[in-house]
Order: sequence, then structure tokens, then C-alpha cells
Amino acid sequence: MADNTSAAQYWKANIRLVIGCLIVWFVVSYGCGILFAESLNSIRLGGYKLGFWFAQQGSIYTFVFLIFFYAIRMNQLDRKFNVEEK
Amino acid sequence: MSILDWTYIMVGVTFTLYLSIAWISMVKTTKGFYVAGGGVSPLANGMATAADWMSAASFISMAGLISFMGYTGSIYLLGWTGGYVLLALLLAPYLRKFGKFTVPDFVGDRYYSNTARFIALICAIFISFTYVAGQMRGVGIVFSRFLEVDVNTGVLIGMAIVFLYASLGGMKGITYTQVAQYSVLIIAYLVPAIAISLKITGTPIPQLGFGGVIAEGVDNGKYLLETLNRLNVELGFAEYTKPFAEGGKSMLDVFCITLALMVGTAGLPHVIVRFYTVPNVRGARLSAGYALLFIAVLYTTAPAVASFSRYNMINSISNVSYDKSPAWFKNWEQTGLMAWVDKNHDSIINYRSGKPFIGKPQFTGETGSYGQLIVSNTLTDNDNEIYIDRDIMVLANPEIANLPNWVIALVAAGGLAAALSTASGLLLVISSSISHDFYYRLINRNASEKQRLLLGRIMIGFAVCVAGYFGIHPPGFVAQVVAFAFGLAASSFFPILFLGIFSKRTNREGAICGMSAGILFTIIYIINIKFFGGTTWCLGISAEGIGSVGMLLNLVVTIVVSLLTTPPPQEVQDMVDNIRFPRGAGAHFNN
Repeated sequence: MADNTSAAQYWKANIRLVIGCLIVWFVVSYGCGILFAESLNSIRLGGYKLGFWFAQQGSIYTFVFLIFFYAIRMNQLDRKFNVEEK
Repeated sequence: MSILDWTYIMVGVTFTLYLSIAWISMVKTTKGFYVAGGGVSPLANGMATAADWMSAASFISMAGLISFMGYTGSIYLLGWTGGYVLLALLLAPYLRKFGKFTVPDFVGDRYYSNTARFIALICAIFISFTYVAGQMRGVGIVFSRFLEVDVNTGVLIGMAIVFLYASLGGMKGITYTQVAQYSVLIIAYLVPAIAISLKITGTPIPQLGFGGVIAEGVDNGKYLLETLNRLNVELGFAEYTKPFAEGGKSMLDVFCITLALMVGTAGLPHVIVRFYTVPNVRGARLSAGYALLFIAVLYTTAPAVASFSRYNMINSISNVSYDKSPAWFKNWEQTGLMAWVDKNHDSIINYRSGKPFIGKPQFTGETGSYGQLIVSNTLTDNDNEIYIDRDIMVLANPEIANLPNWVIALVAAGGLAAALSTASGLLLVISSSISHDFYYRLINRNASEKQRLLLGRIMIGFAVCVAGYFGIHPPGFVAQVVAFAFGLAASSFFPILFLGIFSKRTNREGAICGMSAGILFTIIYIINIKFFGGTTWCLGISAEGIGSVGMLLNLVVTIVVSLLTTPPPQEVQDMVDNIRFPRGAGAHFNN
């Protein structure tokens, strides 16, 4: 790590990113797939009811996207704060 | 060629492949043995993690369970994938930077305590044994059903194969074998799924067919899921897509089970340890993404297979007279996994909600007037006349859809790949817990590299024998103890790993009290329900879901006790600072 302030900023940026991703993670799976599944089921997505789709398909796609998004963003942050592996 | 010939060829070819890979990747160092030298590419590690993670249960049982549970089956789909997000964001990169061999290593060093190390290693061993017994049983069942050998012989063959490649190649051998096993199992899962999707909905992509329209029979042109909802209601079940139906699981229970499975997944030692094998932190982050991508291929196909097989099953056997029922029905009847009792003496198979009789079918050896096998079980007073074991849905799918013999053989090889890959990962965790965490770290710090490697290999042999014993003599409680594995992983490891990285203030006292509180609460609650028939007194949460409450308890106790006692020593705080920054992960690799 370069110096203490930039180290603290790097960690803060990481925490912000993690919290953002976890909010999406929670809203999609626990929110759309469980807590609001019943009401979302009145909306249709082709042959799927929307709540059911989130619970059995949509959440999983979102999880995959989230992990890659986080990995790419973190690698950018590593470079920006000069803490990446050589 | 017959199914049997094809199966011998498929199983023979795949087993030869696994053993050759192990021979090529033979290892000579403990670093190679425990973590494959830390040099596995993120893509290969992702594939190996996927095979490691997807067990006989994912491959054989999951789609069948969902097919009978409908919406509620989502607990497995969400629970067993969502944990990877937690793993990728909160644990994997930091544990990789920490750069030791095992999970107890991190717990012991971070909490500067051999008591914490010991609790962690006991949990790791217990979780892994629970899991591995089921895999060995899975191997035995696939062997007996497809190769017509005795279940016990099947278990012994499986034991020999796993022992050979795990002890030769250690983590390195296991990793590259798992890459091959992933390829086998995913092809074996997708080929029948695609064929059935084509047959029912006319589209080769199961995930689209799932939400598509039916392209055959009387329901031609109607949405598959709508048709399933209608069929379910006609037969007295809740709608397939309806959440929290009467008599099913409540919203709170679904929420808690999903959370316990997710957090449990992120805390399972055989999954976590896979992230020690990549070269750097960047690799660990990316590898988690690849792992979930490979897992998602099966996990988004499984609910589609579940709906196809339910539609197929209802259409081909419900309200059909027994003598006109399809051949596969009679084949599976022979194995005791299906049975029919003609309660109303109309010679027609009536499929309704509820259990047809108490327990598993006990055949008397006689056949009834239509040729059906007579059971001696006590009948229930509902109208349901058939018994269907959940496990047959995936295995019988190719037969139901009239697919060629080689596809059926492929499914057998896939089931074996799923069971063996998971078993080998678990055996390595048991071996490293005993030889590294227990012997080297707690008993003899002066053991030489050679001694440790030899002990690691011996411990794999020991673990294989114990696992094989449980495979041959399955304790009656195998199904119950699965709740334990996830409950324990959720309530013991996850909170203290997470806090150990994200809070420097968390100390030894907090971690020991938190782990103990979480584990004790979870174990007592589960034992009370599963072994003493106790009630789900905690808000009606079932044994499978209580790990999430245990996890919260662990979290709260750890934080409170840490704040009331002295902060961790400076060098531990420096270590936490160090693992938060990626630079230097490759260099950090030492004991």
C-alpha cells in the first residue's frame, strides 16, 4: 500500500462496492424471489410468473453477473490505488 | 448395444481418464498436496470448484425434489448458488491473500488461539464426513442400478478409485480430475435435458422451454407452467408456481432455509480451500465467477428438467390403466422406487396429493391381478395410489423420453463423476485437517515435509475407509445430518471468517464465544427436532433453516464479547491490514 490515506480510501471504495452488490443480491433473491414473490406472480414474463422466474432463474443469472462485475471493478480499483499484484 | 455394454464403456473410459490425470499430476510437496502449489488457472479452478460443489445430490436428487415441491424447490436453487456471491465478495480474495492451507489455519492465526483452531478443525472434519458418506452411497447406488453389481461392491470400487487418485495427486490431482469430471457431468446432464425440451416444447434450450409453450399432445399451444398449474390443481396439489401454499413452508421458513444454505455454502471448508489454489487475489475473484457460471449451467437447467419430468410423469401414468402403463414404470417398480396400490379397485393408476401408504414399499413377493407388485405397507386413507421416489426423476428421464441407450449410460457416468468429484474434495479436507491442522500445527511443529506428506496420504486412506464404512452401512440418519452440515457451516465458520477480515476489533475471546454459542444453539435445536421429535419452537423455523439464526447469534455474540474484552495484539491487526490489499499474494506463500 502506498500510504495510509490512500489505503483507507481503497478500503472505503471496496466496502462501498461490496455493499452495493449485496443490496442487489438481496433485493433480487430475497426480495423478488421470496418476500414479494406472491405479488410479482401477477406479472407475466412469457410463460413465467415473474416471482417464480426470479426464484428459479433470474436470481441465478444475477448472481453470476454480480461476481464478474465485482471482479472487474475491483481489478480497476487495485490499479487506481496501485495495490495490484505485479 | 445394450444399456449395460454402453455403461461399462462410459464408466471404463471416464475412470481411465481420471486415473491417468492423477498419474500425470503426481505431487512431491505438501504445498502441492494441500493447495496444488497455488498455481491453478482461475478458469480451471472455477471448473474444479463447480465439480467439487455439485454432488450426487445436485446431480441425481435436486431436479426430482423441485419437481414435487414446485416453487418451494427454489430454496435449493437460490441457497446453493447465492452463497458464491458472499464467497466472492467477502471471503475468497482475502483468504487467498492470507495464503495458508486450510480454514482452521486462518481461524487459528487470525484469532491467535489454538482453542479456536481446534474448534474449527473439529467442525471441518464433522461437516466433511457428513457430506462424504452420502457421496459414497451415491456411487454405490449408481453402480448397482446401472452396472448390476451389488451396492457394497460399488462402494468398494468407488473407494479404490478415489483413494488412488487423491493420494497420488493430492489437491493437484484432484483439481485436474475435477475439471474432467465437470465436463462429464455437465454433458450427461444437458444431453437428456435438451432432448426432452425439444420433445415437449420444440426448443433445444431448456431454460426457454421452461417458460415456453407445449408443442405436443392435447395441451399443444398452452404454456408449460400454466398447464402444470392446472394439472396440479386437478390432482389436489397446490399450483406449481404458487409460493407458500397451504400445508407447505411459510415465507419465514423459506427465507431462513435459503439463508442457511447460502451462508453454509460460503462456509463449507472444501469449497473455501479451492480458492487457495489460484496464483493471486485477482485469480480468486475471477475464479468465483467462473465457478458460479459453471454451476449455473446445471442449476438453471435443473428447474426446467423438474417441470418437464413432472409434466411427463403426470401425462404418462396418471389415470392410465396399469396394464397400459409405460415399461419404465414397471422397471422402476422392480427397484422398489415406485409402487402402485389399487385402492379403489378400478385398475387405473390414480395419482393424487398425499402419501399412498406409510413408509417405503415393502413388497410381499406376490403380484396382483394386473401384474403389479403387492406391498404389505399400511395404506393411508387418501386417494393417492402411487409411491414415487424423488431420486428417479433424473435417472428415469432418458427412459421416459425414449432416448437411446448411450444417453442412459452417459447419465450413469455423470452421476458417478458428480459423486466422486465431491468425495475427493471432502477427503482432502479431512486429510489436511488431521495431518496439517492437528498433527503439524498442534502436535509436532518439527515434522519434516516428507513426514507430513506421508501422513497426508495415510489420512486420505483412513478417511476413505471411514467414508466407505458409512456408505456400506448408512446410518439411518444420513438425511437428517445434511441439515447439520449446512447448519454447522453457517453457524460456525461464516461469521468469524467474515468478521476476521472486515473488523480488526474482533478478538480471540469474541470468536471462541461466538462460535461456541452459534454451534451449540444450532446443534441443540436440530437434535431436538430430528432425534427427539421436538417442535420448531423458534418461530416455526425448520431444522434446515435454523443455521441462519445460529449464524446471527454467532455474529452478535462475537461482536459484543469482542467489544467488552481487549483488542487483538498489534501484529494480528497488521495481518488483517495486510490481507486487505492484494499486492504480494504470490510471495506470501510460506509456513
